[in-house]
Amino acid sequence: MTASEKRNGTPVYKLVVRDIDFYYGANKVLHGISMDIEKNRVTALIGPSGCGKSTFLRTLNRMNEIIPDTRMTGVVTLDGKDIYRDFNDPSTIRTRIGMVFQKSNPFPKSIFDNIAYGLKVNGIKDKAIIRTVVEDSLKRAFLWDEVKDILDHNAYMLSGGQQQRLCIARALAIRPEVILMDEPASALDPLSTSKIEDLIGELKKNYTIVIVTHNMQQAARISDYTAFFYEGVMVEFGPTKELFTKPDRKKTEDYITGRFG
Amino acid sequence: MKTVQNNNTVSAVSLSGPLEFKPKTSGTIPRGLTFLAVAIIVTMLLIILGNIFLGGIGTINWEFLTHPPENGMEAGGIFPAIFGTVALVILMVIAVVPFGVLTAIYLHEFTRPSSKITRIIRVAINNLAGVPSIVFGLFGLGFFIGFVGGGLDSIFYDNEGPVWGQPAIIWASLTLALLTLPVVIISTEEALRTIPRELKEASYALGGTRLQTIGRVIIPQALPGILTGAILAVSRGAGEVAPIMFTGAAYYLPYLPGKLNDQFMELGYHIYVMATQSPDVEATKPILYGTVLVLLVLTFILNFVAIYIRSSMRKKRATV
Amino acid sequence: MQDMEKFQLKPKSRFREYLGEKIIMVSAFTALIGVLLIFVFIFKEAVPIFTDPEIQEEASLDKMVFKQQYYEGRDPKFSWQPNSEVPKYSLFPLFIGTIKAAMVAMLFAVPLGIGAAIYSSEFASRRVREIIKPVIELLAAIPSVVLGFFALIILATFLQNVLGLTFRLNTLNAGIALGLAAIPIIFTVAEDAMTSVPQSLREASTALGANAWQVSFMTVFPAALPGISAGVVLGFGRAVGETMIVLMASGNAAIISTSIFDSGRTFSATIAAELGEVVFGSAHYSVLFFLGTLLFVFTFAINLGGDMVLVRLKQKLQGKT
Repeated sequence: MTASEKRNGTPVYKLVVRDIDFYYGANKVLHGISMDIEKNRVTALIGPSGCGKSTFLRTLNRMNEIIPDTRMTGVVTLDGKDIYRDFNDPSTIRTRIGMVFQKSNPFPKSIFDNIAYGLKVNGIKDKAIIRTVVEDSLKRAFLWDEVKDILDHNAYMLSGGQQQRLCIARALAIRPEVILMDEPASALDPLSTSKIEDLIGELKKNYTIVIVTHNMQQAARISDYTAFFYEGVMVEFGPTKELFTKPDRKKTEDYITGRFG
Repeated sequence: MKTVQNNNTVSAVSLSGPLEFKPKTSGTIPRGLTFLAVAIIVTMLLIILGNIFLGGIGTINWEFLTHPPENGMEAGGIFPAIFGTVALVILMVIAVVPFGVLTAIYLHEFTRPSSKITRIIRVAINNLAGVPSIVFGLFGLGFFIGFVGGGLDSIFYDNEGPVWGQPAIIWASLTLALLTLPVVIISTEEALRTIPRELKEASYALGGTRLQTIGRVIIPQALPGILTGAILAVSRGAGEVAPIMFTGAAYYLPYLPGKLNDQFMELGYHIYVMATQSPDVEATKPILYGTVLVLLVLTFILNFVAIYIRSSMRKKRATV
Repeated sequence: MQDMEKFQLKPKSRFREYLGEKIIMVSAFTALIGVLLIFVFIFKEAVPIFTDPEIQEEASLDKMVFKQQYYEGRDPKFSWQPNSEVPKYSLFPLFIGTIKAAMVAMLFAVPLGIGAAIYSSEFASRRVREIIKPVIELLAAIPSVVLGFFALIILATFLQNVLGLTFRLNTLNAGIALGLAAIPIIFTVAEDAMTSVPQSLREASTALGANAWQVSFMTVFPAALPGISAGVVLGFGRAVGETMIVLMASGNAAIISTSIFDSGRTFSATIAAELGEVVFGSAHYSVLFFLGTLLFVFTFAINLGGDMVLVRLKQKLQGKT
């Protein structure tokens, strides 16, 4: 947070979402979602499977556009600019809003080339810059010490937890402002999960993070804000502490107390 | 933030803030070039088909299809070649389908996909599919005619002149059966994969033995796939010339094959002979075109039917 | 309850079950036995080249591989003339003819096959793909004798007129038709390799700011590259082994020339053209089976290699989904 933001004390909203409706074919899966996502904070999206939280996450960097036969209405702005209408090329917006997926998905390339990929597709060819950024990104993801001697090894050699941190490093390399995470630890063992959670805590100093999780403890541990989704509707959204201790809605309470999954 | 040690270059990149990205090209060129490849292939196909259709359609009439060649193949019809081709592929299908289906069932129901035997058989199937067709011809000559036929002659006929040890429709069709075996196996296997496990388990749970389950559940369910395989095998077999050149096909025969050890005329071989050995190519051209068109129509009809059965089978699987 | 006792299940025939399973097991080995028999029975007829002194007099391995002096006072040379007064069995002219035809076919088929595979897998809408794939299947279904006919009657005349060629039947002509036979193999294997690249890799690439075509060329294509190369190798195997097309369209002159506008004679076409008139058990007969053995071993190696690459690629990609 910059000094000026701290001084006047009002929160800065990085992403502003208004009235998102989303359709798979004729099937409406998101109903009028609106949300303000604060800068340098972790916002968690929770809810049972199929509630639309992942679909919502993917509207924030236009990832849904690569799925055929889908349609969306509503507005998403990044620093006040409409990401759907003010950017002709969706790939530009994805360099500013990065994404980490549920299952780690490194490319079948070396560790180095995995990190360098984002730079290369965005036209950066200078080897010195690439080398610097690769090292910096791996350090930010706390992976550097583990892989610095094996940068030319295939990424598939890494363990599941390391692969996921590699994917985070890869997302960091293109210097996004926002990072979207879709259940990044759901396929990992507890130790790797806690490493990822520590990493998220560290990253929010420099990035705005939106994370989907269906692990409620995780949401409570790492997030500043939480939104609860149910059947395509955002039931409740607020500071994590308040939502988990005294939810406004009955539905939210039922979910966080484990009355339905 | 830790600083990065970089000895050899003084890097211009800052470690915070956005990088300077270059705008991307739109990708029209790769898209256009790959589309061009499709367009060229389609155009060539259309040229081939159009040419054969226009060149052959005028020749085709009832008489052409039902009469034997006359006047050194410059006149008359192609009935013996049609008859020979049909007889050839019928014998071939009778030979290949049981073996193909049983192999597929064995691979799918009797062994694990990772077992050594399965892998060896699979390698053999893939290799069989890649053996050049002329090599099948050599094999048919050396094995079926020389070894099996010759053997039969020396045992039963006291070598009074070749009875089985000579080119014959049975040897040609068995050679083709081996050549088309992979087609039947692969098609059947695809069908076997669509059968839900619950169905098989239901049969076992009711006390059905493995053989009963295969006979009453698996084979009936796999029938469309088996049929597709048989049709594709026929289509492939009907068009192959190299394997039958030395194992049974004849330039010209005044009679139709009536016994398993008769020689026969065949469409593909007829085309080859007319196109390359005819004393007057211009005079045979209409009949040549007509024969090519008949063979092509036959193959395409078979393929369309197979594609149709297979795609409806896949749709069914998608809804299961 | 009493009624239930009347209801008796028949005992099953153990023997029938046993027999049935054994029949299935034995049948399953047809393909394997077939491949082995092919090798044994083709090689068997080629063996006299190595063992029979009388045949070696005419055709030994030396005579097939190295330059020979056939007539006194003339330079030694490579020559394939099995029916001449002094039979000549040098494989070199046939080797040149085979490689030349296969290379032309590859130059033609690789860009088209891979290009079409990329378009179909990466750029085409689902509906367009549903058209492209059957069209390629149709191309694959055309019997090679029909492609040979097309090259012999139509393409040869066209090429001669357009390029002003001396020889109507030549390697270029045969090579293009061979290419048409190889395209479906290359297309099918390459397309399959690209579509089996998991969606998660495409998403990863997209999320890093790659355009649709960058996803295709920088992620999907490299990941599928082993499979695409396997397709090319298998296509090459097909081009080398194909018989009727070259037999009909290449002119079949066993000459040593690197020009694609000259005629050429391949291994496969040599067998097809000469086996019909050969004397059973002669040196010529053995040499033709030796050619068959070479073709078999070559395609066997290519298929085995291509197959292994494809299996390993699938495992690698699926291990990551």
